[in-house]
Amino acid sequence: MVQFLMDLGQFGFLRNALAVGLLASVACGIVGTYVVTRRITAIAGSIAHCVLGGLGVARWLQTVHHLEGLHPLYGAVIAALLAAVLIGWVSIRAKQHEDTVISAIWAIGMAVGILFIFKTPGYNEDLLSYLFGNILMVTDEDLWMVAGLDVVIVAVSLLFYHPFLATCFDEEFARLRGVPVERYYILLLCLTALTVVLLITVVGIILVIALLTLPAAIAGTFSRKLWHMMILAALTTAALTAGGLALSYGPDLPAGATTIVLAGVAYLAAVLGKRLFGRRRAIGASGGCPPGEELS
Amino acid sequence: MQDTHDPGAAAVPGESVIDLKGVSFAYDGPPVLEDVTFQVRARDFLSIVGPNAGGKTTLIKLILGLLQPTRGSIRLFGEPPAKGRRRVGYMPQQAALSIHFPVTVIEVVLMGRLTAGRNPVFYRRADRAAGAEALARMGLADLKDRPFSALSGGQRQRTLIARALVSAPDLLLLDEPTANVDAARETEFYELLERLSADITIVLVTHDLGFVSRYVRSVACVNRRVLVHPTSDITGEMINQLYGSDVRMIRHDHRCAPEGHAWSNS
Repeated sequence: MVQFLMDLGQFGFLRNALAVGLLASVACGIVGTYVVTRRITAIAGSIAHCVLGGLGVARWLQTVHHLEGLHPLYGAVIAALLAAVLIGWVSIRAKQHEDTVISAIWAIGMAVGILFIFKTPGYNEDLLSYLFGNILMVTDEDLWMVAGLDVVIVAVSLLFYHPFLATCFDEEFARLRGVPVERYYILLLCLTALTVVLLITVVGIILVIALLTLPAAIAGTFSRKLWHMMILAALTTAALTAGGLALSYGPDLPAGATTIVLAGVAYLAAVLGKRLFGRRRAIGASGGCPPGEELS
Repeated sequence: MQDTHDPGAAAVPGESVIDLKGVSFAYDGPPVLEDVTFQVRARDFLSIVGPNAGGKTTLIKLILGLLQPTRGSIRLFGEPPAKGRRRVGYMPQQAALSIHFPVTVIEVVLMGRLTAGRNPVFYRRADRAAGAEALARMGLADLKDRPFSALSGGQRQRTLIARALVSAPDLLLLDEPTANVDAARETEFYELLERLSADITIVLVTHDLGFVSRYVRSVACVNRRVLVHPTSDITGEMINQLYGSDVRMIRHDHRCAPEGHAWSNS
């Protein structure tokens, strides 16, 4: 920990890592809140995994066809958005197939990624590091891209806060009011896709789902408004990514995995704490509501 | 309360609010509803009753344009349901909502102010005023900033009615509104609806005919087919004679059987 703080002033890569973690937290808190309350965790997981396909194809085009400007992350963004639109379309038009399509995209995306990485000559170990995150290898270019995505995600989320809230809480009612719920659903999936790409640089494809949902779930146990939950989730994510980075640095552990374990511990603590705290409060308020209502 | 539509379009007594002609509907199998024809006129107070899986919810979804009939035509305020439903205040079953959702009472109510053309980044003063007024009407003014999850069943119910009323609707459509409310509150609730029914058409789904028949003006029995009676045909006394004093134990399969109706009309 002390080592981390001392090296932070010295090494640019460490500052980049911390910066990308904090920047990603903003989008993660906002979109994670929507994902948790709208219950689309499985969709987010599917989008995250199929991103490997985009990364693989982009790297293949870059190396074999010399499209130098094609950063693998652009491939990731395209793959994630494609997956989001496809899943959204299926879940609106043919709800009964939604489950199958989610799993199919999950696996096929990864398979495509593996095939293209296999056929790309040269050293591609860094691509596989996208699976578990490579926060210490974040470049300045990555940092700008994450910041750009952040701006887009925050702007869209805030602009459509009320219709998003209404569709997440009671989609049928929103539809009856004339709110174009299907368009908002696709938009929400696209925001989820962008956030997933952004978080992949922090914790990697396999762990991304935990970082998207656990901080929001922690925040949800203490929030009475959706935007409270977003802010709290963003702060929690920031603390977790910074904490994970700091804790992993000294003993030379993988930062992504450390962050996720930390998130799991925090979630458990929040749930247990809430139970204990909630019960005590209910007993304290014995004159008012019955305890059952207070806890529910 | 603010008008969300042309005031000239407000429902006049006797105007047809809901109009079904020869409507049939099937999901993927036997018909859930068959050859349904009935009309609800402005200022009516109608209760839809029937056994579970008898087609009550399907009927509501058809009226609201959430489902399309396999046969027949449906009009809502003389328009296709998808258009006419902007004049409907809808209250879903509480069970359909996630109780733990982080949202406050006023935020829930203001959802009723959303319309097709508007995505408010901030709600306008008129919206907030309408929200406050709807809450006051439901006796919830003090609970404005409470989390929805911290309310009792009855308070949640009144919040959802406030949300339905905040758009100044011409038809109030309530699906099992008393499902999570204790019996003492139920009387209070029906009296509230009775007051509202002076200027607004009300249709409510319930499986509790005996209680509701004291307040509603007509009853639609739904069990694949739909038959509408004025409440005068179904008096509390008659129900008591038929089913004993415990009206909650009413057996809709008998009441909604063709013989049952033949009997009640004789």
